[in-house]
Amino acid sequence: MYAKMKHHDSVGLVETKFIRFAEPPHELRLESGRTLGPITIAYETYGRLNERKDNAILVAHALSADAHAAGFHKGAREPGWWDTMIGPGKAFDTDRFFVICSNVLGGCKGTTGPSSINPATGKPYALDFPVITIGDMVTAQRHLIDALGIEKLLCVTGGSMGGMQTLQWVASYPERVRAAIPIATTLKHSPQQIAFNEVVRQSIMADPAWRHGDYYDYGQPRKGLAVARMIGHITFMSEASMEAKFSRKLKNGALNFDFSPDFEVEGYLHYRGENFVKRFDANSYLYITKAMDYFDLSDGRLIGNREAVDTRFLIISFKSDWLYPSHQSKEIVRQLKAHRIDATYCELNSTYGHDAFLLEVEEQTSLIRDFLEGIS
Amino acid sequence: MRRVRMSAELPPGTRVDHRIIYDVVDQGSRVLDLGCGEGDLLSLLVRYKDVKGQGIELDDTAVRECVRKGVNAFQSDIETGLEEYPDHSFDYVILNQSMQQVRRVDFLVEEALRVGDTLIVGFPNFAHWSARCMLFFKGRAPITDSLPYRWSDTPNVRFLSTKDFTDFCRIKNIRIHKTIYLGRRRRIRWFPNLFAVNAIFVVSRSPSPSDKADRSTATGREEIRPS
Repeated sequence: MYAKMKHHDSVGLVETKFIRFAEPPHELRLESGRTLGPITIAYETYGRLNERKDNAILVAHALSADAHAAGFHKGAREPGWWDTMIGPGKAFDTDRFFVICSNVLGGCKGTTGPSSINPATGKPYALDFPVITIGDMVTAQRHLIDALGIEKLLCVTGGSMGGMQTLQWVASYPERVRAAIPIATTLKHSPQQIAFNEVVRQSIMADPAWRHGDYYDYGQPRKGLAVARMIGHITFMSEASMEAKFSRKLKNGALNFDFSPDFEVEGYLHYRGENFVKRFDANSYLYITKAMDYFDLSDGRLIGNREAVDTRFLIISFKSDWLYPSHQSKEIVRQLKAHRIDATYCELNSTYGHDAFLLEVEEQTSLIRDFLEGIS
Repeated sequence: MRRVRMSAELPPGTRVDHRIIYDVVDQGSRVLDLGCGEGDLLSLLVRYKDVKGQGIELDDTAVRECVRKGVNAFQSDIETGLEEYPDHSFDYVILNQSMQQVRRVDFLVEEALRVGDTLIVGFPNFAHWSARCMLFFKGRAPITDSLPYRWSDTPNVRFLSTKDFTDFCRIKNIRIHKTIYLGRRRRIRWFPNLFAVNAIFVVSRSPSPSDKADRSTATGREEIRPS
């Protein structure tokens, strides 16, 4: 089964590549006014860029993912994070399209972020890393797209924070985006979303092992980062999906009558939290959640005062997603209507909650495939 | 530019009400179809009349079918779907076979006439003779070709006749530019309120028909004065 999948609908073996730009004295000017350079961007590509260079699709990842969106790294058993959607014959068909995914600025999977070495000190940036925004992430991606020689992207897409970057692309470079597919996302974080992020950050910063960000010689603030991730996982699921997955099932068949995890849901959260510590930098989590909170393209800022926008939109939300609820996607629709921009919005039936953008493969695939058919 | 097709050249099997609305809509115009269903009418208009089309449809399966046909559609109910559009956003707003399923008809028609210059309304005629017979002789809620639902399981919440809508337009100061009455197979010209199963009204706010309306109905305008 695995071997068959690999041959028939996987992009197969892939490697992360890197580009470097913003070498001093040409550092990147950030939205905060500070500058950053040099910057490395980690990225992967799948499929082939055609001669006219008009079949490129940029996939933007969510909070904790990376450039490895599809296929397998050498020796790895798990494929990239959106492998179900990217590959031959899949929603983003690599037989037809050239798919690009890059790690975001501020991340910890190869792109410059707080865990990268600060050339000025020879040590990790830690909190000397400037606060970045979704706009800065997109500016960095634009440098990558320039370097790949692509003038106009056929499509930009992504779920959650990937959807924010998708919208930011339209706001920043509308003439370079033929189609946008923002999924399970928002024009701005609500106070509730900011509140969750603040609890996430506080749980990291409350861990003494965080050491004001200077933990690189000592190891991650494990406890704090694990709790931060546990909070995240609660918000990614729905009540129904938790009920289906865990119910009140017990871990060891009986109550422990102490404070060790009794229920499967507790065990799951612990497992997710501990696993996350191994793969994600705590400071990156702080920086990226902050960037999400700062993001705001409401009040007409998505379209601005442009007369005409040619970008085609497919906006997708999920019924059971309470972290990025459908009314936030409808807010995008409202802004498009106010500018008389034609588009498609579809709310998919799913019980998976926010995770649906990673799990609802079949319905998303048919929608996206049909939509791209009308574009290309 | 592609040659614009006449309705007679549309694919066989095209619904007769779609053909009629197709003929009313101008080439290259902006069209909003409220309750666009699976996008059949919009896709004809987009494909053969270079229309810039937008649909609004509540059913997610139907929206997915629109995407398959390359038609833009917002998944939303049509009552709250118009609010954000600026005035005169569309040349035509189509309300075909969906008005009778809406509670706040007054509000919806006002909104449709705000965002669109011309409104095309198509609805089943509740005063068709077969409906009258069912009610009068059988004493049962009518079930007809255009009103096929049982009383207990119908999406329709408003039941009106062609005369009712004519009265409505007079009261609301809405100008009727054209009416087309449809029987089971052909157009109805005599006693439409008795013989029409469906009616299509082309109406607008403008005191005088706009240039656009002029061109679109150049082949035989039948201006009906509410009487």
